[in-house]
Amino acid sequence: MATVSVLRNLDEAQLASMLEKASEMLADNIREVVMDFSAVRRINASAIPAMEEFICVAEEKGITVVLLGVNVHVYKALKLVKLASRLSFRELNWMNSFEQK
Amino acid sequence: MIASEAVEQPPAPADAEELSKERIAYLERIVTQARTAAAVFGQFTQEEVDRIVKAVVLAGLEQAQHLARLAVEETKLGVFEDKVIKNMVATEFAYNYIKDKKTVGIIREYPERNLVEVAEPIGVIFSMLPITNPTSTVLFKCIMALKTRNAVIFSPHPKAWACCSEAVKVMYEAAVAHGAPEGVFACLGTHTLEDNAYLMHHKDVALIDATGGPNAVKAAYSSGKPALGVGAGNTPVYLEKTADLNAAIVDIIISKTFDNGTICASEQTVVIDDEIYDAALKKFAELGAHICNEKETRLLARTVIDPQTGFMQPMAVGQKATAIARFIGLTVKPRTKLLVAPIQGVGADHPLSVEKLFPVLAVYRAKSSEEALKVCVDVNHAGGLGHTAVIFSHNDEIIRKFSEVINAGRIIVNSPGSIGALGAVYNDLVPTFAFGCGTGGGNSTTDNVNIYHYLNIKRVARRTQAHMWFRVPNHIYFNMNAVENVAQFASRSTIVLTNPALERMGLVDIVRRYIPPETHVHLSVIPDAEPEAKVVLEGVEGLKFYQADQIIALGGGSVIDAAKIMKLKYESPNADLEELAAPFLDLRKRVVEFPTEKVIKARLIAIPTTSGTGSEVTPFAVLLDKKHGRKITLADYSLTPDVAIVDPQFVMSMPKGLTADTGIDCLTHALEAGVSNYASPYTDAYAMQAIRLVFKYLPIAYEYPQDEEARTMMHNAACIAAMAFSNASVGVNHALAHAFGARFAVAHGRANALMLPHVIAYNAAVPAKFMPSPYTQGYVAHKKYATVADLLGLGGTTVEEKINKLIAAVEQLLDKLDFPHSIAGLGISKEEFERAVPELADAAYNDPSWRSNPRMPLVKELVELFWKAYSGRGTADVVAAQHGKTA
Repeated sequence: MATVSVLRNLDEAQLASMLEKASEMLADNIREVVMDFSAVRRINASAIPAMEEFICVAEEKGITVVLLGVNVHVYKALKLVKLASRLSFRELNWMNSFEQK
Repeated sequence: MIASEAVEQPPAPADAEELSKERIAYLERIVTQARTAAAVFGQFTQEEVDRIVKAVVLAGLEQAQHLARLAVEETKLGVFEDKVIKNMVATEFAYNYIKDKKTVGIIREYPERNLVEVAEPIGVIFSMLPITNPTSTVLFKCIMALKTRNAVIFSPHPKAWACCSEAVKVMYEAAVAHGAPEGVFACLGTHTLEDNAYLMHHKDVALIDATGGPNAVKAAYSSGKPALGVGAGNTPVYLEKTADLNAAIVDIIISKTFDNGTICASEQTVVIDDEIYDAALKKFAELGAHICNEKETRLLARTVIDPQTGFMQPMAVGQKATAIARFIGLTVKPRTKLLVAPIQGVGADHPLSVEKLFPVLAVYRAKSSEEALKVCVDVNHAGGLGHTAVIFSHNDEIIRKFSEVINAGRIIVNSPGSIGALGAVYNDLVPTFAFGCGTGGGNSTTDNVNIYHYLNIKRVARRTQAHMWFRVPNHIYFNMNAVENVAQFASRSTIVLTNPALERMGLVDIVRRYIPPETHVHLSVIPDAEPEAKVVLEGVEGLKFYQADQIIALGGGSVIDAAKIMKLKYESPNADLEELAAPFLDLRKRVVEFPTEKVIKARLIAIPTTSGTGSEVTPFAVLLDKKHGRKITLADYSLTPDVAIVDPQFVMSMPKGLTADTGIDCLTHALEAGVSNYASPYTDAYAMQAIRLVFKYLPIAYEYPQDEEARTMMHNAACIAAMAFSNASVGVNHALAHAFGARFAVAHGRANALMLPHVIAYNAAVPAKFMPSPYTQGYVAHKKYATVADLLGLGGTTVEEKINKLIAAVEQLLDKLDFPHSIAGLGISKEEFERAVPELADAAYNDPSWRSNPRMPLVKELVELFWKAYSGRGTADVVAAQHGKTA
């Protein structure tokens, strides 16, 4: 059965290593990975290649990567490195409805 | 880590070979790193950026000597001590200029213009570096890039790779240590022109910044990418006879020997006035220059300039004067700083007249200032266009002339060219290590390249509150016997202008009664028709003959218009009426301005004898150009009469037809001013009052011509409506009426009446095309019509109902005044009208009246309006329903 995996409390400073770890855990039965970016004020240079790698792994497995609550500066940075089009974005309150379900 | 170390580099292919896959992968990795760094850097705040910048500046200063030594050792060019100074200028002086400048977020605000400028980083910059100023250029560009949150990929000159690479490393490490994103700088390792070409064409490289030789600059501009390509020059110097010779020669030597002449802004040919030539050469020699004789000059030219290309020999670049002398077998004193070579002209026959980036200076003896300037122009055009020029003079006129004829981004006055051009040392130019040379040098800028060239500057333009105006005559007298006020205006010589009918009616005598007895009064009678140029010019001759200081215009619009134009030509004889009638969109921005200089002044008192045009208070005048069969409309507030006397005794005998026509003209003025895009609370007040007066008193004045109150109020209404439309203008109704009236010889008021209900419905509907207007917020015409309906107490609850009631009220008024219901009612056949409509629509479209209409008329809509007017009243309320029920 396809599932949705949710990564919460993403730490800005540890983002690269968290993404590396998360990519190792991407299982075939996951339909969607949702990452809460609301605490990520800024994306740093090491996180961007890690994010790209994570997206590549997810795409190979047919998994959609969703970022929640991304601030516009981070969004623009993702746009500039051409990753934004490979991601889905949702508002933070999506989490509430997800949890209610 | 900088890219040259971070990325394992495959061997660079030989030039002209295709790039290998490994090579492409290497270059791609560099670009990806830079792109990532730029994206991350874009999130930084001004404070973070400034902290990084300060750190790298200090690192650059710390390493200034180390990097200078590396540069001299590797390139074998220049002078260590001077390169140290260059490195310090590139860091310290650049920092001093940029430290307080904003480069993140809002960087400048212009509250008075409602404008804000916001910085947007460029992204990835590909920067080619010169051999002549390698490390200083790196230091400078790193600081500029960091201050503007950009990433840079550096491509050093092959013979300056090691020192450049070290300079980038110094700056990169300091930057990253203080928080800059990794990958913000990269320095290509051993590389080829193909590598450069690949990067210059790379989609993720946003800007090419090429400082160097003409080939690098040309390649940058040929890439199709935005580029700052700044390169070679050929600096002419004019040593003018008023200069302080000692100071000038010292400055030239400082500049030309600085780093052995490697700065491209340094002096190349000094053109010296004959009067001071010998003294100048003597001074050069005293201060350590060797003055070449003719033979030595020929030898020098053959050696340091390539006879094939006409350019300097690379082996001479950045070498000492003694070394060059030794090389060509010239015997000079051991401490010789500079070789000075007299030349007799500029161009291919005079090889030393080109750029020489070494301490060899050409000098030319000019017989006159004129010749000196011409030779400087020649040097400027011999490879120096757009770059730098120098003048030593205390003659401001000569300096001005020099700056006009020389095409150079930097014209340095009474100071050393090279260091002067770098900026911030001898003058207030922006410090730089890249000189923009404008289009003359194939560049996109003449600026000293600085942080603002490393930014996209976004301008946030808020809507401005447009200034409006309300201008009316200084004196308006109204009500019965207001003409008595003529007595209070002293005059030595007065011309009374009128038409034959009014004279016959004895109206002139009434006016004369109140003119002070000491005034010489002369009568000028003009035909009762729109004034033509001949009539106006004859009138002006009369004013001149009698040296009039006052004009009293007694009559309808034609007489008053004629008086306005006569006054204009009398006071400003050179006024070109045809030119003054040039079209305009906004009165305050018009191309042609009315004369303000007046040779004489005359007061204009306007006494209207009809209640419609309001010409007594308007800034308009119409002149008939019989020669070309057209009307010239003049519009300017200077045409407004000085005094208006609105005395109903002059309209008591107006015929019924004229009462109706002029009364509806007045109503049209008020309704059009009311919904105009130029309407304001001031004009609204006048327009609304005029509308109220017309609806109340026009039927009475029409039915009972001797009703003094009705005549008085209609006379006032005409004047009040005119003050509204003088400041808010009219609209599409007038455009249609002008075209139709002229084509079918129908009185203006009558033509307006035929269009009016249809135009109200038209303007009240949702426009097919809105009219751009800085004066209005949203579309309000329909609501303003509804307000008129409320004012008239017509009833209705919705805007739509109120508009329909207003249209009905207008139609009822027209019925009361016995106006025909339609154009067809005038006896114009459908066939004839059909033939005329295209021409009518064109004429209406060309009429300036509709420019202030709330709705922009399309030609096809004008056609529809003409046909509605042809069909007649009773069809107008359908369109108004489009706005829905908004109250």
